[in-house]
Amino acid sequence: MAVVELHHVFKRYPEGHEALRDINLTLEAGEMAFLTGHSGAGKSTLLKLIALMERPSQGQMFVTGRNVTKVRRRQIPFLRRRVGMIFQDHRLLFDRDVYTNVALPLIIAGFRRQEVGRRVRAALDMVGLLDKEQRYPITLSGGEAQRVGIARAVVNKPDLLLADEPTGNLDPALSREIMGLFEQFNQVGVATLIATHDLDLIGQLGRRTLSLREGRLLGERAEVPA
Amino acid sequence: MSRATPARGASRGMPRDFLRGRLDQHRDEAKDSLRRLVAAPLSSLLTAAVIAIALALPAALQTLVETASGVAAGWDREASRISVFMGLDRDRASARELVGRIEGRADVIAVRLIPRDEALEEFREQSGLETALDSLEENPLPHTLVVQPTASSPGAISRLGEDLGRLDGVDRVRLDRAWLERLQALLATGERLALLLFGLLGVGVLLIVGNTIRLAIASRREEIAITQLIGATDAFIRRPFLYMGLWYGLFGGLLAVVLVNTGLLLLRAPVDHLAALYDSTFTLNWLPMDIAAATVGLGVLLGLAGAWFEVGRHLRATAPR
Repeated sequence: MAVVELHHVFKRYPEGHEALRDINLTLEAGEMAFLTGHSGAGKSTLLKLIALMERPSQGQMFVTGRNVTKVRRRQIPFLRRRVGMIFQDHRLLFDRDVYTNVALPLIIAGFRRQEVGRRVRAALDMVGLLDKEQRYPITLSGGEAQRVGIARAVVNKPDLLLADEPTGNLDPALSREIMGLFEQFNQVGVATLIATHDLDLIGQLGRRTLSLREGRLLGERAEVPA
Repeated sequence: MSRATPARGASRGMPRDFLRGRLDQHRDEAKDSLRRLVAAPLSSLLTAAVIAIALALPAALQTLVETASGVAAGWDREASRISVFMGLDRDRASARELVGRIEGRADVIAVRLIPRDEALEEFREQSGLETALDSLEENPLPHTLVVQPTASSPGAISRLGEDLGRLDGVDRVRLDRAWLERLQALLATGERLALLLFGLLGVGVLLIVGNTIRLAIASRREEIAITQLIGATDAFIRRPFLYMGLWYGLFGGLLAVVLVNTGLLLLRAPVDHLAALYDSTFTLNWLPMDIAAATVGLGVLLGLAGAWFEVGRHLRATAPR
């Protein structure tokens, strides 16, 4: 089953700028892929469309098997719960501790407290931050904050992970570590799409890579064994 | 692997745990929003105070009108009486004869004669104008008949009054009802005014709460955006602000009740004194329970409504395009 399917998708902004042109793309369940391109090539726009933060101007879109081209606004939250999102600037809540930040998707989905505790600790354990659950984001390093963001994205066991420049502010060693986490989640079957311009890192991992230029998807580079 | 919610529909096929989880959310949000209000006590108190004043004004007016209406109702029977003044040249015998004639009427329950000398005596005692009255050469007061009509409708009473005025020996007829009707018209106006004030100041409360909530939304903009990204529904986004509106409305309403009762307490001593001067046992009571409940209930409703509209505006403005 395809987790993401785009058919002839365009995104035009009201002021006339065409951010995406005729995008055709399929991401299978459990697949991991990179999305590259220069700034302004449309990487973020593409992720925003898949995350239903913006709507396509034209074309058909399927996410986790559902046609979301014209999805009603009320349905969007329920679809987003099946997609974990990771941002370059983490987007953590600064007035809540690490535990609460990671727990938020579960609280939103209406889990009971005990179940929330169990899952949050499991997620924090996976990213190696179990001992920091009571810390506040401001006291964390960039790498730690990003791992909290990842824990929050995976805590609800999504079908798809979307990451927008997740290593943008990190040094190569930390970046490698973060990518290792993504590979780990991918191994348990979470489809993963990572936008990055870190070509070195992509080269090391040898996964499917999609390149955008001026809103168009260029030819793909086939999967190479790592 | 269990999912919290299916991708479509809100409540179909939910596990029972979902409801419990929802209750957890409500409890947490109620507490959290209260904590936020307490964390900024001055601004919270100011907002609640503005709401309280806006609600207290019409509540106080309504209370005064209702109290006065109660007093006026007590006067009703007294006020339906007709005073019949005889000519000064009429003697006591003709007065008795007139009493007999009026008593015989079917539309009259009772007639009481106040002879002119008794009237003067009573007036002398009550008015304290003894020396002035003593200087008069003759009694200026006529024989007076106080007539209690059977009917209580203003029309019937005034018809009876006209009939009595045409009787031989009657100089003038006074209907006590007229001033009571004026009072009642005044009270009805007051009641309408209170209603109007409720409406006008209610809109004011709506705007105050809306503005406060708008500021709260602005300061939590990023938090709202993040929670939306990780799957928060509109209801989830709304919830903390609805609780905030609810608390403001509740505290504003309760404070309004305290304000009105304080005002009534301060007015009680002078009003009692005033009543005593009029030989009345009338006294100001506390704000009646129904008005108090309406004030608090209205505060809560307006708080919720103001919050609902503001969050709705924000949600529409930030919807994906």
